[in-house]
Amino acid sequence: MTAFTINGRAVDLAAEPDTPLLWAIREHLKLTGTKFGCGIAQCGACTVHVDGEPTRSCITLLQEVAGMEVTTIEGLSPDGSHPLQQAWIAEQVPQCGYCQSGQIMQAAALLRSNPNPTRDQIVEHMDGNICRCGTYVRIISAIQRAAREA
Amino acid sequence: MTETLQLHTRVLSRRSFLITVGATSIAVAFGGLLQDASGASVAPAIEDSYRPNAWLSLVADGTVTIMSPASEMGQGIMTTLPLLIAEDMDADWDKVRVVQAPSDAEKYGNPGFYGVQLTGGSESTRGYYKMLRLVGAQTRKVILASAAAILNVPVSELTTEPSRVVHAPSGRSLDYGEVAAAAVLPEPLPQATDADLKPSDRWRYIGNLTVPRVDVPSKVDGTAIFGIDVQLPDMLYGAVLRAPVQGEQPQTIDDGEARAVPGITHIVPLPYGVGIIGETVEATKRAKDLLKIVWTKSSRIRSYTSDRLLEEYRSIGRDLSRTGVSAPMQGDAQAAISKAATVIEVDYMSDHVHHATMEPMNATALVTEDTVEIWAPTQGPTGTQGFAAEVAGTTPDKVKVNTTLLGGGFGRKAEADFIIDAVSLAKAVQGRPVKVIWSREDDVQHGKYRPLEAQHVQVGLDADGNIVGWRHRIVADSIFARTMPQLFESEGGHDSVVTEGAHFNYAVPAHQIEYIRRDNGLDIGFWFGVGVGYTRFGIECVIDEIATAKSVDSVAFRLELLKDQPRARKVIETVAEMAEWDRQRDGRALGVAYSDAFGSHCAEIAEVSLDRETGEIRVHTVWCAVDPGIAVQPRNIEALMITGITNGASHALFEQINIINGEVQESNFDTYRVIRMSEAPDIKVAVIPTPETAIGGIGQVGLPPIGPAIANAVARLTGGVRLRHYPFLPERVLAALNA
Repeated sequence: MTAFTINGRAVDLAAEPDTPLLWAIREHLKLTGTKFGCGIAQCGACTVHVDGEPTRSCITLLQEVAGMEVTTIEGLSPDGSHPLQQAWIAEQVPQCGYCQSGQIMQAAALLRSNPNPTRDQIVEHMDGNICRCGTYVRIISAIQRAAREA
Repeated sequence: MTETLQLHTRVLSRRSFLITVGATSIAVAFGGLLQDASGASVAPAIEDSYRPNAWLSLVADGTVTIMSPASEMGQGIMTTLPLLIAEDMDADWDKVRVVQAPSDAEKYGNPGFYGVQLTGGSESTRGYYKMLRLVGAQTRKVILASAAAILNVPVSELTTEPSRVVHAPSGRSLDYGEVAAAAVLPEPLPQATDADLKPSDRWRYIGNLTVPRVDVPSKVDGTAIFGIDVQLPDMLYGAVLRAPVQGEQPQTIDDGEARAVPGITHIVPLPYGVGIIGETVEATKRAKDLLKIVWTKSSRIRSYTSDRLLEEYRSIGRDLSRTGVSAPMQGDAQAAISKAATVIEVDYMSDHVHHATMEPMNATALVTEDTVEIWAPTQGPTGTQGFAAEVAGTTPDKVKVNTTLLGGGFGRKAEADFIIDAVSLAKAVQGRPVKVIWSREDDVQHGKYRPLEAQHVQVGLDADGNIVGWRHRIVADSIFARTMPQLFESEGGHDSVVTEGAHFNYAVPAHQIEYIRRDNGLDIGFWFGVGVGYTRFGIECVIDEIATAKSVDSVAFRLELLKDQPRARKVIETVAEMAEWDRQRDGRALGVAYSDAFGSHCAEIAEVSLDRETGEIRVHTVWCAVDPGIAVQPRNIEALMITGITNGASHALFEQINIINGEVQESNFDTYRVIRMSEAPDIKVAVIPTPETAIGGIGQVGLPPIGPAIANAVARLTGGVRLRHYPFLPERVLAALNA
């Protein structure tokens, strides 16, 4: 059993301790907002926060988060009202939308440590998150908007 | 069992629209706003609702539930198509809910695309446009007839405002919900004709810049349900170890260790691999790694080596004694070229590219004794019914397909291989659903890549430099021979999707397009833009090569060749203005390209720089002007241009699948390089509709011009160094610079 906190809720999971956190979140806890993209930390679709740090859940083992606090897209705000989520809607960022949970979680970590990032800082921080629909320009605009309006 | 993609090419008998019956079947919602977070189907409460036709229902609180018949793979179609109904029905868009239509080609097939539910070819908005507007107009007439009965006034005295029927003479009005609550459907149902459509000056939603996409909110809070997110009671998980080389089979299977993995329930030999079923994803992945398989090693694909084949294709393209199958010809290009004062003759080539949709292939199936239910991110629910039936040993009418949201499609999810996996495994555990998830490595190594191709372009110029003949030879394998064999045969072996885009609207007196098929057995497929993605690379670069030879400006030369095409000229003039075409840049240069493919006009200009030491190209800014005829959702069109340009730059600069002796060398995003944020250009888009014309396609329109715009910019930056092989890898750029 692995005990940890997810989106403020204490859980004790019976999955094998070496199960990737991604599959524990998605298929054991049924929180499917976190996506599988590559399995080798190359695309960022699986990004969650572990004790506040943006983390690729596909290469993080369940046992590594024992006693820690995991936040997924479902837990970023109680009602989808995080400034980034609002900015994402205002800028109409998503196309297929599959990578966007990871993009938003990655961006949320940036704004927490740097509330007014420059364009270059945004690009540097976000470069590990692939968007195959190429929404990058709108992602940048949305992060800038969230920083401005937060 | 076959992995071919056969489309049901039955064309609806009544292409001109006629709704004659109030639909009685219960439509099941899945996807969009009515998705259930658990992934289970949600039926809207429509049992007691007012249903003028199969496309929508109205209930007492005024909610309008509209079916979206096409697959939502990021292009916004789930908003675009229902919006067309809402427009002519005069519904209040805020009261509209969208649900994904079930698989039912009879009711929801695309009248402009073989009458089936198959999302591709930039055909959805074009194909459904007229019909859905008529559905809206007919619905409005039904509501008016019902309201007339309720108010006891003549229909002719009624008008509508959004979701409201107004009787001006008495000052009374009824909300659409009130009509639905009080009325029965009129008998017979009124019909709609073109005369009932709203004129463009009264459109509320078509062309509106502020209507947001219905799927976006669910894509920022994690509630959107893609195929991979489906959760069903009692569900098992599946994985498939596929033969490393296409066409091979397991000869011996040692599954001892795999079976011993806790949670593994079944190992299922398949004609093309070995399936694993288990209680968890992680168990199936572990077991997959422990399978020991000896493969047949007998496939003809063992001799497929892409580099070597491309050289062969190139030689064949240049060898004019090797004839192919010509598309219908305009004039006699060969004769004109033989008499030309100057002949420009060049080769363009492209490597295989992969879709790499962010959501890897997956599907969930539940097989019972004689029924199949599928939940899948598919572009082709109609075809899926056929394939699933074949695998399960039943008939297509016994197969229900729930189309989920697609985490990218780009043509890959029009294929059936991942569906066949799910049905094959679910068949082994009848009564329990199985969700099959491909690894990214499976996804990259078992793609349906865009064809490897070489083009040989010959252009004859007279003594004054005018084009007298254009000959375009395309050497590649066929997509249609596998996916639509009847169509391939009916076109005499000319694969019109492989040569797609070779037809153009430039004024040339003689034009010949030849297709030389090389049947090398590899399954190749529909990629973003399909043939247009490379044919326009050749064409638009050759146009610039001719302009250079004539010492005329690239923009001016295009305008001259399009002098009778005002819409084409306008996008080119607009984009030239946006980019300040005539302004010199320090260390950077601009390149232009244009495309009229998919029935829309699109011109793009790329600003690039080049590191001459490393050979790396940097695309800084791209300007784009697009005229799709009618722009249903201009802001979404802008987004789709951004997608086409970014994705197009990605494939022009980086993307490449290498196959050596039948084995794909790339396996994940560490080896299959796609564009990242730091490499993506800034993009400025102008959408310039021409509302009184036919509607054009839009999904793929942004992609074709960007590659040639980059190559043309590099040529201008370097005094004429030509890049003629996609992708423009640094070593290829250096080789061109040093040639």
